[in-house]
Amino acid sequence: MSDADRASWPLWEVFVRSGHGLSHKHVGSLHATDATMALQNARDVYTRRNEGVSVWVVKSSDVVASDPGDRDLLFAPAQEKTFRHPTYYTVPEGVKHL
Amino acid sequence: MPALDSALFEFALRLGDTTLVLGQRVSAWTGHAPIVEEDLALTNVALDLVGQARLWLTLAGQIENAGRDEDALAYFRDAHEFRNVLLVERPNGNFADTMARQFLFDTWHFYTLQRLATSRDERVSAIAQKSVREVAYHVRRSGDWVVRLGDGTDVSRARMQAALDELWPYTGELFTSDDVDRELVAHGIGCDFEALREPWSLHVEGILREATLERPQDGWMHAGGKTGRHTEQLGYLLAEMQSVRRSVPGERW
Repeated sequence: MSDADRASWPLWEVFVRSGHGLSHKHVGSLHATDATMALQNARDVYTRRNEGVSVWVVKSSDVVASDPGDRDLLFAPAQEKTFRHPTYYTVPEGVKHL
Repeated sequence: MPALDSALFEFALRLGDTTLVLGQRVSAWTGHAPIVEEDLALTNVALDLVGQARLWLTLAGQIENAGRDEDALAYFRDAHEFRNVLLVERPNGNFADTMARQFLFDTWHFYTLQRLATSRDERVSAIAQKSVREVAYHVRRSGDWVVRLGDGTDVSRARMQAALDELWPYTGELFTSDDVDRELVAHGIGCDFEALREPWSLHVEGILREATLERPQDGWMHAGGKTGRHTEQLGYLLAEMQSVRRSVPGERW
């Protein structure tokens, strides 16, 4: 893609919700000239096999991401705090999507 | 065959051939669309249409009851035996040509299926109810492209206007009714195509206004596809579509 193409066909991130009660999950990205086309393309590219009941699209340039270089700084301390994991109690039967 | 069955056979062939020929046309874009997203979207439309064609041709074969299944009807008839409307055999041309053809057809297809969904023949209404959900999306997508290209750059606008001018004379056939159609309408099975002209015009004109395009003038209209008189384009399309099956009849994957 040329720079002009990149400007008129920006990248969009696609989130699909696969069922009621579940949350939207990131499934990939695509190119589209505007939000309407992004939604239609998302439908055609990512829900062909009945994957979803709802789609979100967000311009990739609007996503604020953490710096990969900050990985240890941000996330390493949590690795040692096992008491934050729900391992010390039993999940009641019949509770889904926990 | 009783008169009603022979009319229904003909009717199922017309819808089957129309969706099959357009499915074949659109599938030729696979690998050639402007971007990969559009490539997949067009392929989806082609697959929808071929899927619908299978249902209509299977029904036609059952009514005929002469041992011909969907494959026999699709691959072993020649151009003069095809009953598709002429609009769908028009060549793909450029992207605007393809989208204009799709938009003019989808709009008609949607209103046709909407009416057939309440057909008194359960086999017809079942196919129509399944198909109309797919076609509702086709209409929205092709209409969107007409607006994008019409209300786009000077080049895209000129191409879309030229495509509409070129294809318009093939829209008249969509609204013709003959004895087959009238017989089925009389039994609450078919679709009164003449009555579709008004809703079709309303939708098409609305989209053209939004696209800042001019509605072409109604003039002399081509017809004949429904009775097997086709343009030379259909022969080339069928030759490509049927060649493998005819070179190894009865072969299985």
